[in-house]
Amino acid sequence: MSNIQTNTSVNWEIGPIFRAMLRNKVGAILIALQIAITMTIIVNSVYIIVERSKEMQRDSGIDNKNSFSLTSVGFAENFNAAVTVEEDLNTLRNLPGIVDAIQINAIPNSGSGWSMGLKTQSGVEHDAVGTAVYMVDEHGINALDVEIIAGENFAPTDIGLREVGQVKWPNKTILTKAMAENLFPEIPYSSVVGKTVYINDIDPMIVIGIIDKLQAPWVGWNNLENVMLSPERMDYKGSRYFIRTEPSQRDSVMKQVEELLANSNKGRLIQGMRSIEETRERSYRGHTAMIKILTTVMVILTIVTALGIVGLASFSVNQRKKQIGTRRALGASQSAIVRYFMLENFLISTIGVVFGAALTIALNILLVNTFGLDRIDWFYIPIGMVVLWLVGQGAVFGPAKKAANIPPALATRTV
Amino acid sequence: MFGYYIKLALKSVKRNPILSLLMVTAIALGIGACMTTITVNYLMSADPIPHKSQQLFHIQVDSWDPNNAYSDDADSLPNQLTWTDATNFTLAKKALRQSAMGMSGGIIEPAGDDAKPFEASIRLAYTDFFPMFDVPFIYGTAWDSQSDTDREQVVVLSKRTNESVFGGENSVGKTIVIDGRNFQIVGVIDDWQPMPKFYDVNNGGFNETEQLFMPFSLKEELELPNWGNNNCWKSPDGEGYKAFLQSECINTQMWVELPNDLAKAEYMDYLNNYVMEQKKLGRFPRPLNNRLSNVMEWMASQEVVEEDAKMMMWLSFMFLLVCLLNTIGLLLAKFTGKSSEIGLRLAVGASKADLFKQHLLETALIGVMGGIAGILLALVGLQGIKSLYGDFVDDLASLDLSMILVALSIALLSSILAGLYPTWRACNIAPASQLKSQ
Repeated sequence: MSNIQTNTSVNWEIGPIFRAMLRNKVGAILIALQIAITMTIIVNSVYIIVERSKEMQRDSGIDNKNSFSLTSVGFAENFNAAVTVEEDLNTLRNLPGIVDAIQINAIPNSGSGWSMGLKTQSGVEHDAVGTAVYMVDEHGINALDVEIIAGENFAPTDIGLREVGQVKWPNKTILTKAMAENLFPEIPYSSVVGKTVYINDIDPMIVIGIIDKLQAPWVGWNNLENVMLSPERMDYKGSRYFIRTEPSQRDSVMKQVEELLANSNKGRLIQGMRSIEETRERSYRGHTAMIKILTTVMVILTIVTALGIVGLASFSVNQRKKQIGTRRALGASQSAIVRYFMLENFLISTIGVVFGAALTIALNILLVNTFGLDRIDWFYIPIGMVVLWLVGQGAVFGPAKKAANIPPALATRTV
Repeated sequence: MFGYYIKLALKSVKRNPILSLLMVTAIALGIGACMTTITVNYLMSADPIPHKSQQLFHIQVDSWDPNNAYSDDADSLPNQLTWTDATNFTLAKKALRQSAMGMSGGIIEPAGDDAKPFEASIRLAYTDFFPMFDVPFIYGTAWDSQSDTDREQVVVLSKRTNESVFGGENSVGKTIVIDGRNFQIVGVIDDWQPMPKFYDVNNGGFNETEQLFMPFSLKEELELPNWGNNNCWKSPDGEGYKAFLQSECINTQMWVELPNDLAKAEYMDYLNNYVMEQKKLGRFPRPLNNRLSNVMEWMASQEVVEEDAKMMMWLSFMFLLVCLLNTIGLLLAKFTGKSSEIGLRLAVGASKADLFKQHLLETALIGVMGGIAGILLALVGLQGIKSLYGDFVDDLASLDLSMILVALSIALLSSILAGLYPTWRACNIAPASQLKSQ
């Protein structure tokens, strides 16, 4: 508490530093500009990275780790789709290691699927809410690992068989909580059970249950959690199966299932066997790639900027060798020399990061307007400023240290 | 003199090896980053059929919902046609060449007991598809228009399909089993991969060309499955495949070849008349709005270039800017260090112009070295892009000669620009003061 006095005794020498900087304006401006642009790129990149990672971490609703899917395509002339599906599901559901298996029209997060519009009132003139459709039987809830939070599951007698080109829809449906709330924003989701919604403008479906969460196939869709379940199996030549296994048994079960199904019926082809983790990895590949590229860019850019500062600082130390020697001879301590260069860099960096803050916002506005990105959160900017300050200080420390080691005797020599 | 300056420049580069290395590295990194992103953008926005892209037109007609436009933009048009309209347009033969087209798929069963069946994608089209898009053939030809009319089970194979089923030999005249049906092979095409795959961008703008081609009329005849995008504003009137085909659902692309503006204007009239006729039948409830887009217009309207690629390119230009600022700073430092030498040269009679040339040459040398290293880095960068994005970018991540020239010119130009100010400053010193201080 008593050494406040010592602080004031240190002469920060801001005046001389500033005057010296003015003699080499261009050098200072170049570094400040570099810092500003580096900050602009880094802060915007970090922001993009964080946003993308958040998207990838959204809960899909299904058991990503222990689920997989495959396609069975019949080609033989005597191929009977409905019978094959029945047999396959019986085999799969009785296989040890499998929790449950279903036939489904589309795989969550896979990128391809089926969408429809639901209305709360019948008639073409009313607006529809878009939703992804999953056609599943009464095992759907268990296989997809979703929870019924209101109402009830489909009964086995509810399940219909969809023909190719069929227009008619079953009269029951289960909605996700998000879909229920989008259709009926005024009432709690639990009260949506028992309501009638309309598909194909006029065909009624009764909502018999609400599930907690399930994502649509299209990860870039704004209404990712708008999903409806329709109680159906499909009489299609090509059909998809979704299978959930016991924890950590997925890979062994996958191998077993592939062989089992391929051998059980020679009139069809088993293909596209893929874990949900891989499916998601494919759908988010663009995001993963962008994150890796931006990270690399940030690292390289920081190194380039830091090396630039090191180079220029070393150079200016070399140039001022004689003056530094003179200052040392006149009694300046080593720490005073270090402080001089650190402070000089701090002043330049300050100009850089202030300008950088403005540029960062400008680039963000540009990205918002051109690519529809979200606006950056304010706190990224002060954090970016502090990081760039630290980079500058770290880079200049080496040359400054070297400057401090210049012997006072140098002042007496002519170079 | 030039040779002497080069010698001097090399000497100067060697004198400050670390500083020179820093500059070359900075330029190389900037050029490497820019070349990587420019290449990807350049290939994504390339003209896939340069000699004809002005004469090929994609057709759009507004057959959509009376209550809602196709997308948020009120003027927007559906990006595909209904099966009915595309078929009618093709059969009307109002253009030089025309083809409705769509995607399907089936299982090929190669002959022989040990050969495994496999799934193949099918492009359904009319015979005009092949001459219209200049598809090269190795064996045989396209089917004739009679096959389109008579719905004959004929097929054209891709080179790869022919290799996997027939070992690459001339298979014309043979039969191939697809989904349990016999098809007669009439032709095998050579490697053909337009980039972007302009004729059907809504099923993946950079996807591979289909493995089989067969007459579009077979879609109705054999009730072939509809692969690719299908979009409906209204459900089909009735159950079954026929009702689906005849519905207002859009799932078909359509291209026409119109050699000149007159032909284009006449075709536009034809489309407008067609829609007016259909309106009398109760279809096309929206205002008359038809569009013909040539290849590049269509690529632009469908935003084929990925936004991430564009964003990446912007960032890489900023990256290059940082690297150049870095280089300017380092050059400034370097040339200031040479001021006594420059002073001496000026004092003994060298002209400023000579010195200017000499130092500019030195920066150009650094630029060229940076550019060459940058091209190598770009190759690494493109490999990185390939490994990150997977197979589909294989054709989007290759460096061609023109790109290499662009890289070198950017490197040279930017390094000379970066060198201008430091050089100018170095040559504008008073020789006396430099000599005195020593």
